[in-house]
Amino acid sequence: MPESPALLRVRDLRKHFPVRSWFSRRSQGRFVRAVDGVSFDIAAGETLGLVGESGCGKTTTGRMILGLETPTSGELRLGDSPDLARLSRRDWFPYRRRVQMIFQDPYSSLNPRMTVGAIVGEALSVHRLASRRDRRDRVADLFRQVGLDPDTMDRFPHEFSGGQRQRVGIARALAVQPEVIVADEPVSALDVSIQAQIINLLQDLQRQHGVSFLFIAHDLAVVGHISRRVAVMYLGRIVELGPRQDLFESPRHPYTLALMNAVPKPRPGGQKGNRIVLEGDIPSPIDPPPGCPFHPRCPKRFEGCDRIEPRLREIAPDRFVSCRLYD
Amino acid sequence: MAQLSAKDQERIMTAGQWNLVWLKFRKNRVALVSGVVLIASYIAVAFSGYISPYDPDHRFLGRDFVPPQGIHFFDEDGFHFRPFVYGLTQTLDESSGRRVYAQDKTKKYPIRFFVRGDEHDLFGVESTLHVFGVETKTETEQRMAGIFLCGTDRQGRDMFTRLLYGGRVSMTVGLVGVILSVVLGTILGVTAGYFGGIVDHLTQRVIEILRGFPRIPLWMSLSAAIPADFSSKMTYFMITIIMSILSWTGLARVLRGQVLSLRNEEYVDSAILMGASHWRVIFRHLIPAVSGHIIVVSTIAVPHMILAESSLSFLGLGIRPPMVSWGALLQDGKSLVTLFYYSWLLSPALFIIAVVFCFNFLGDGLRDAMDPYSAARR
Repeated sequence: MPESPALLRVRDLRKHFPVRSWFSRRSQGRFVRAVDGVSFDIAAGETLGLVGESGCGKTTTGRMILGLETPTSGELRLGDSPDLARLSRRDWFPYRRRVQMIFQDPYSSLNPRMTVGAIVGEALSVHRLASRRDRRDRVADLFRQVGLDPDTMDRFPHEFSGGQRQRVGIARALAVQPEVIVADEPVSALDVSIQAQIINLLQDLQRQHGVSFLFIAHDLAVVGHISRRVAVMYLGRIVELGPRQDLFESPRHPYTLALMNAVPKPRPGGQKGNRIVLEGDIPSPIDPPPGCPFHPRCPKRFEGCDRIEPRLREIAPDRFVSCRLYD
Repeated sequence: MAQLSAKDQERIMTAGQWNLVWLKFRKNRVALVSGVVLIASYIAVAFSGYISPYDPDHRFLGRDFVPPQGIHFFDEDGFHFRPFVYGLTQTLDESSGRRVYAQDKTKKYPIRFFVRGDEHDLFGVESTLHVFGVETKTETEQRMAGIFLCGTDRQGRDMFTRLLYGGRVSMTVGLVGVILSVVLGTILGVTAGYFGGIVDHLTQRVIEILRGFPRIPLWMSLSAAIPADFSSKMTYFMITIIMSILSWTGLARVLRGQVLSLRNEEYVDSAILMGASHWRVIFRHLIPAVSGHIIVVSTIAVPHMILAESSLSFLGLGIRPPMVSWGALLQDGKSLVTLFYYSWLLSPALFIIAVVFCFNFLGDGLRDAMDPYSAARR
């Protein structure tokens, strides 16, 4: 990895969930390897897109960065912070303000019993960022920033549409002026027309506040629109990472190639012949295949892929691939 | 929903949760009436000193086992604006050897309102005022004559008075006991569901042990352990504590399950992300979300408590004289003789049944009103 002035540094992060049988609480040595050695950096004000099929560990990675999940091993640093992966819940508190989240589901992420104003203002009172009197003004200001009418502050979440609720969620994340926002599929629950509005809002806010995003999504078009760099995950590992344009135009890893091919393109008759269609399902993360986790489905596998584990290596400046084709 | 005007619909769409519950609850007539009856009963037992005509220990000489007396408006002269009760004459029934009362139409005691009588006090406010009573002229009359709406007991004490005073104990045992068990059940249930792991394990096992015990014998042995020299107030509190020790388990289980599923709601995650303490997550986010359950479960638990207190007192293990409760009053109705000749001594049972019914209807109504799914159907 280059020694860039990274704001968030993730090194070899792992999360293994013990598999519990019905009869005993002991895991008998079996683990779901949800995240199995993930490393990346995010610079200040940058957006890193994280894509992959469902179950590939994107969300768990995000939750570890947020401190909602304790990593099994690895290192996690925010600026000049100590290793956050080893902190207890109490020691996390000073860093809570600096990492926030935008949730996927605009319905379950807002407490139905609180007014939206109280939801956005709660973080201000937890962190004592505003006196009781100033809180309303601060919340009104946040409402304006995300394009909501401050007069709707005293309403309940059920009175808002999905897009408006997502704006409330964004206002809540912004309330504590975080440095990094993890956005876990923030638009996948919304109408296509609303998706664009929310994406544009996120970009505007990034320009104004210089906040970094870890943008988790399965929709390549959305990720391609908002990210500067994109990481592709497969079975708990990053298989390819690089600048958005380069990665989209010339994908190197066979999995990325297949993923790009899976996106339907509005070009009738074009590209029909050379489409790569993956066969089989994602292997179980409980017993991942030996060697390269992708080899059972890889159209370009060759001798040794089922034994030798590839490493993520820099094949061009800022361009990382984990495939033996490039060794 | 079809006949609702646009304005009504708008009101329903923008109403807060408790508003919706009230709108829905209002439609359930039985539950509404039950609620009103219960509120009225609690007011009545709280002011039993004023409402009852006598002191619960006031004895009328030679007036034991008087059957309930009727209130009259008509006599041989026709209608009287002021209602009255007739005096009593007693004869001895040769075959059974008991006193038999008959109306003495020559004596009429008019009912007066707001009269002075036996002293009573409510939280230190002493008074001799009674809402109603009968007017007597001589001292002997005063000792013998009275108004006995529900008859008198073996010692010539007015049953109506004793019912009101007994209700004070029986009805508040339910409330106080439920408040105690709601506090216990909420704290233990919510923390078990929220923290999981060892906390959950321990709470669950304790609940299972407590639920595995047969209730009545446990109650009996616990209340038998109350020292006999305790004041009746202390005994009362011990009884409520004994009953709430066992009854929090149901609520705790329900809440644990609720919290387990709420734990996965993203707004709980988001509260944690905001840096909210466990305390804050539990009190600001989790308990408000389960408050409906708490209210319904506790409303349904009140009648169980009332019944439990009555059973204990009936068995002589609960409330002891001189304190009265409905269960203790029923002790006098144990024998077949009472059932046959003095059936009015069983009137506490009617009050117990009425209160238990009211609580059950109220609880059902609240449950229906708070269930968001049934709201969509109606």
